[in-house]
Amino acid sequence: MRLVAALPNLVIFAALVATTVVAALTGNPYIVTLATKVAILGLAGAGLNLALGYGGMVSFGHAAFFGLGGYVTAILASHAANGTPVATFPFAMTGTTEMLAIWPFAIGAAGLAALVIGALSLRTTGVYFIMVTLAFAQMLYYFAVSWPAYGGEDGLSFYVRNSFPGLNTFAPLQFFGICAAALGAVLILETLLTQSRFGLALRAVRQNEGRVIATGIRPYGIRLTAFVLSGMVAGLAGSLFADLNRFVSPAMLSWHMSGEIMVFVILGGVGRLAGPIAGAAVFIALEYLLGPVSDHWQALLGLLLLAIVLFAPGGLMGLVLRRRHV
Amino acid sequence: MLLAEQALNGLQYGMMLFLMAAGLTLVFGVMGLINLAHGSLYMVGAFACAVVATATGSFWLGLAASLAAAAALGALVEIVVIRRLYARDHLDQVLATFALILVFSEGTRWLFGSFPLYLSLPPVLSGAVTLPGGFVYPAFRLAIIAIGAVVAFGLFWLVGRTRLGTRIRAGEADREMIAALGVDIARLYTAVFALGAALAGLAGALVGSVQAVQVGMGEPVLILAFVTVVIGGIGSIKGALIGALLVGMTDTLGRALLPAFFARFMEASAATSVGSALASMLIYVLMALVLVWRPTGLYGARP
Amino acid sequence: MSEPILSIRNLTKSFGALKATDDVSLDLRPGEIHALIGPNGAGKSTLIKQIAGEIRPDAGRITLEGQAIDMLGAAERARLGLARSFQVSSVIGDCTVLENVMLAVEGASGRVFRFFRPALSDRSLTDPALFHISHAGLSGREATRARALSHGERRRLEIAMALAMRPSAFLLDEPMAGMGADGARDLTAILAELKTEAPILLVEHDMDAVFALADRISVLVYGQIIATGTVDEVRANDEVRRSYLGEEA
Repeated sequence: MRLVAALPNLVIFAALVATTVVAALTGNPYIVTLATKVAILGLAGAGLNLALGYGGMVSFGHAAFFGLGGYVTAILASHAANGTPVATFPFAMTGTTEMLAIWPFAIGAAGLAALVIGALSLRTTGVYFIMVTLAFAQMLYYFAVSWPAYGGEDGLSFYVRNSFPGLNTFAPLQFFGICAAALGAVLILETLLTQSRFGLALRAVRQNEGRVIATGIRPYGIRLTAFVLSGMVAGLAGSLFADLNRFVSPAMLSWHMSGEIMVFVILGGVGRLAGPIAGAAVFIALEYLLGPVSDHWQALLGLLLLAIVLFAPGGLMGLVLRRRHV
Repeated sequence: MLLAEQALNGLQYGMMLFLMAAGLTLVFGVMGLINLAHGSLYMVGAFACAVVATATGSFWLGLAASLAAAAALGALVEIVVIRRLYARDHLDQVLATFALILVFSEGTRWLFGSFPLYLSLPPVLSGAVTLPGGFVYPAFRLAIIAIGAVVAFGLFWLVGRTRLGTRIRAGEADREMIAALGVDIARLYTAVFALGAALAGLAGALVGSVQAVQVGMGEPVLILAFVTVVIGGIGSIKGALIGALLVGMTDTLGRALLPAFFARFMEASAATSVGSALASMLIYVLMALVLVWRPTGLYGARP
Repeated sequence: MSEPILSIRNLTKSFGALKATDDVSLDLRPGEIHALIGPNGAGKSTLIKQIAGEIRPDAGRITLEGQAIDMLGAAERARLGLARSFQVSSVIGDCTVLENVMLAVEGASGRVFRFFRPALSDRSLTDPALFHISHAGLSGREATRARALSHGERRRLEIAMALAMRPSAFLLDEPMAGMGADGARDLTAILAELKTEAPILLVEHDMDAVFALADRISVLVYGQIIATGTVDEVRANDEVRRSYLGEEA
């Protein structure tokens, strides 16, 4: 029974991998790059899904964690390229171009930011929470814009993609492999998480806070933990996104980014494991297909989104599977 | 003297924010709707003013057009889309109004292109006024302060003293009761939404007169209006006014004073960058402090 | 006489000029059903919420098994053994019956932050949960989502959740509300059995049930307890007849 429930998720993930492999074998590196983007943005969406879908926390500020992961990656890489230390005080730290060394910092920084932002924002509920998470993300955005050391408004480039032991990260398919593996690992962890004791409490808190309190569980800690984990996943996605583009800019921290990550989740179907992949894939496909047709493809995207919200509240996976999940 | 000028700038900025925040907070208080597309109405007001003022040569006609265009578009959007969202959860509202932003921004870009438009002020507003104490201040900024004050008084009067206000307050208190009283609630909601839209359009036209009128201009100010509303407490006009003034003052004074403050013990260029980076975060710190103290804002309803 | 399980002393709570709880003292002794009755607006729900920790009293003390719990939040009080049911039945709608009861077991165990092991294969959760489900007469409904249950079944689920917390006292806020005569009769039998597990502080409007079940009754009027005693004592009390039972007759 559990396999049947997992099947749509497996199909979506397998479709992404298969498309990419076929594209690589038939000599379409551009499609591989697009698929890599889908995997990374889907990963960011999977992160938000943990807070939004399973925990019911409508965070409109996940770009903060995504962007932070990206900036940490770019800062470490650019320091390594220049041979300058990242910090001399309180401890000496040099840059690095090893993904495996960068990820803990990207994830850690995003998690720390999520801890602070979440601890404050979770004092509020409803619309306040939406606005407050949005505002905190904007705070980081304006900070990045006005802080000249790392490029300010212009962003920060690093010219060589970071490396991964045993792989050639410049080969599009191999880099896709890293992103897809990260995505797959996170989805497996998320599956375990939502079925664990913690996941049960998290799902329950979303639905009926008073009842959960009456069973002796404090919702604040549950929510904050989920929020931090969610931010950490978004941070990892941001790190990979920085590596994909070899460039970060304040746009990664902007509220448009937060909105887009949210769109991936909703488009695919809130609280569905692979929903964000489907959502990101549709988003990227629309951009790719409509972009050349009209400069104003975002207006069409807006109309599509509006139609989905008004007429198909279960998202795309909900449309196909005809059942609202979780 | 410099400080007094900055304080006036802060007041002016706050009043402009109030025009934005008032609509947001009204719409949320009465209809329970979070409207991200409020910034688009601000943008539409600015474009309407720029187009009409350029075509007719009259700034005042432009200003009137901004009010009319934003109110009309607000009413249209409310009837076509927004009213389907009142019963939905906030997530759907956020998403649908985010989608509206995409549509409005791209629609405006399609109509007017990506190049900014510029407005010129009529002579009466483009000069400077000598204030008591002998210092000179731009007339236009004073006009914004005056308009904000008039709107604030108007809203307090409207909500506190008129029949429409009674209905608005009743709608806040009990949606079913007001429906039972026979007030046409759909029309009331459209009117409230259009009113908020008109105020946003006015703010857009005023700001557009001194800055560039361009696609995306509404977004930074929307975020600030959110911060304002969160600080003041959602649904409260008084909170919106106090919050707007707090945000306006904090931001303006922070930007003016922080770099100078850091220059006392840092070299000049570093002080400028640290000071301005911190100044840009100041209002968010203010918001965080208010929320730690009062999670529903200064004048928000206690849960 | 044995020590009370739950003891409330001089509890006071005002909302502005309204004294919702006015110097209330109340004991819940081992093995008893202590009914709290009174007209609408007497402050019964406010009192329950203060005991459960959802509202903070202005003054007064609450102890559970000798331990002061005034300063604790609602979740901590629940974990110490105060199991509460709600006026409007309150379950986790999109979770199954089994998951609902597992949640209660989990809350009482205090071990919530376990991230990897599937809860459904954790027998320290499922075994007690299945036991309480069958005990509450819900066998066969384990995999049903709570929102699909009938009203009566939902009340049973709540009882199963309360039992799964292995509580030292129950706070039941109008468990009969919205039930038909059959359902109320069923539930009366369940409550009589429940009190063998832990004493019950019962707020109830159904006077037949109260008189059938309660060992003692306290009458709350305008925030004050005007009488406490056995069913017969309270029935015979003139003030009670005048201010409360009279209006029912």
